[in-house]
Amino acid sequence: MRVIYAGLLTACLAQPALAAEIWVSNEKDDTLSVIDIDTLEVIRTLKTGERPRGITFNADFTRLYICASDSDAVQVMDPETGEILFDLPSGEDPEQFVLHPDDRHLWIANEDDAVTTVVDVDSRTVVAQINVGIEPEGMAVSPDGKTVITTSETTNMAHWIDTESHEIYANTLVDSRPRHAEFVKDGTELWVSSEIGGTISVFDTGNQNEIGKIHFEIKGVHPDLIQPVGFELTPDQKTAFVALGPSNHVAVVNTETLEVEGYILTGRRVWHMAFSPDHRLLFTTNGVSGDVTVIDVAKREAIKSIKVGRFPWGAAMRP
Amino acid sequence: MTHMRRTFRVAAAGLLCALCVQTGGQAADLDLTIGYLRLEEPAHPVLSGLDPVPARRGIEGAELGVKDNQTTGGFLGHSYALDVVSLAPEALAADVAAAARDMLAKTRVVVLDMSSEAALAVADLAEAKGAILINAASGDAALRGASCRTNLLHTALEDSMAADALMQVLLSKRWTKLAMIVGPTAEDKARAQSYRQAAQKFGLKIVSETTWTFDSDLRRAASREVPLLTQGFKSHDVVLIADAHDDFARYIEHNTWEPRPVAGAGGLTAVAWAPVIEQWGAAQLQSRFTDMTGRAMTPRDYAAWAAVRALGEAVTRTGTAEAGALHDYLLSDGFELAGFQGRPLSFRNWNGQMRQPVPVVNAHAQVAAAPLEGFEHPRNPLDTLGTDQPESECHAFGE
Repeated sequence: MRVIYAGLLTACLAQPALAAEIWVSNEKDDTLSVIDIDTLEVIRTLKTGERPRGITFNADFTRLYICASDSDAVQVMDPETGEILFDLPSGEDPEQFVLHPDDRHLWIANEDDAVTTVVDVDSRTVVAQINVGIEPEGMAVSPDGKTVITTSETTNMAHWIDTESHEIYANTLVDSRPRHAEFVKDGTELWVSSEIGGTISVFDTGNQNEIGKIHFEIKGVHPDLIQPVGFELTPDQKTAFVALGPSNHVAVVNTETLEVEGYILTGRRVWHMAFSPDHRLLFTTNGVSGDVTVIDVAKREAIKSIKVGRFPWGAAMRP
Repeated sequence: MTHMRRTFRVAAAGLLCALCVQTGGQAADLDLTIGYLRLEEPAHPVLSGLDPVPARRGIEGAELGVKDNQTTGGFLGHSYALDVVSLAPEALAADVAAAARDMLAKTRVVVLDMSSEAALAVADLAEAKGAILINAASGDAALRGASCRTNLLHTALEDSMAADALMQVLLSKRWTKLAMIVGPTAEDKARAQSYRQAAQKFGLKIVSETTWTFDSDLRRAASREVPLLTQGFKSHDVVLIADAHDDFARYIEHNTWEPRPVAGAGGLTAVAWAPVIEQWGAAQLQSRFTDMTGRAMTPRDYAAWAAVRALGEAVTRTGTAEAGALHDYLLSDGFELAGFQGRPLSFRNWNGQMRQPVPVVNAHAQVAAAPLEGFEHPRNPLDTLGTDQPESECHAFGE
């Protein structure tokens, strides 16, 4: 295997412009699929630990961090060679994480343990563990690095954690089964999606008050099946794309009015997503159908579906 | 309108919470003790000892629910406790009533793990007026029908919900000709009746029926007896077994005259919960339960867990532990519980039954989750399972 990668690597290096890639974690295959953004094809499949879910690159894209949930480890991969360099201590069952803007601290949701673990990736040590609600999953960090959010699926809360003191300074209730959180609009708002509640709650980060809620409605689909999970905003922060799980659609949301402007059909149980570097394409992971839908952002339509591994979950872009 | 109400509540709870963090989270603003009253089932003799009934079945489901509630409550200044009383099977009706009175003097929310008759007697106690009782054990249709009580909700599946789920799956596979074997007990006969009704509801046909009468040791004789028993069936797609005690069904599969799948009991079954359920985060609930108890979670444990979690969710969202307010909220459109089944769980406001998907499973995997795609209902596809409002004989809840 390694010989093949080495060969590939040389071939890549021989070319002047390296195409950007979308990396996808395949939860039930213990692999990553690497999609070339120019050809829209899978060009590499890489082995990981057990049940890879959250994935994220470091600031200069020289390392990929992988939540290998069932291996109870965060793995660190060299994205050039596909080699696992080492495991970080992560606490049990890491599901999702966020890398602090300092590029040094990973904040990890430990789903089975009801804790958030902070790991220093340089010293490879656990800096802190914070008790949170049951089944923590969604992780977000404010642009100024001062607040980290953990959402807990069964406790139905967003926990606001001070990154200096590692203490929770607020807890806000959201609808049932929160899955994903993001700071948006320069960190002035926090958005939290609730899978079973079928909503996204919008909070003012200044006072942690809820200031709005996004609702979804698709003709011919029962509301119970419209389950928002992952979401991404365009760089101008004016438009959000929201994955709606088993309704097999992505919603396009106006972030000012919080109204839905349209729905895009995707593969089955659409989960997380990542933009191409130029933000012209959006790639969604579709857990049940085992593929990735490519969306033309300007046209707001699906243009291609790419077969990946079993139960694709996380997505990350590498320029 | 519902949205506005909920938004307000969420904001209020947020405020409460910020407050509790400031005070160090010490003060418990709300306390809810949940009662768990069990009348143990008399052991029914079965042919095989392979699947013993866990001694603390149900109770441990409630215990996990309380743990889950406590974690959430810890951030809000709410605390929860469980008060368990378990009576031996030979307890008299008067003993159950006395235990229930004691418990209702201490708490107004009680999970009932007992027969349908016993649950009804508790609901009719003067002391139970205005309380919330949640039936986590009986599937009896009458409890949700003519004998329904407003103070009695149900997280246990109504028998017809399971029967409907099974028929939806069989119909979706076009396995529509059924040959049924009915056990000898009253419970077996009731189960058979629920299959007949569900088959009629979804247009399947029971082409043959026979009664289980053998008293030989089937562990030795199944390969000889079962082919003979099933040889006389008219042409059929599936052998359906009405065996409420999981007694003889396990010996039917792979012993039938024709090579046919077995359903009902043994083979393909519709249950509220099973160890093979892993989707929608269920694996997490399973592992939390198994870590705590060292065993697999049964349907009774799930019903008890759901009852306790429903109460916890109502306290979290309303910010009160007062039974009347919780009762109103549980039956309102605003209530929904994430139950690891891919759809929100809620209560039918006309008879107090919890709406829930019904997994249809075999020993090794989940085969389907009812309601299946294509089974529609004007209110909620979950209402294609069980007695629907127009057919319901329950009128106590009012319109």
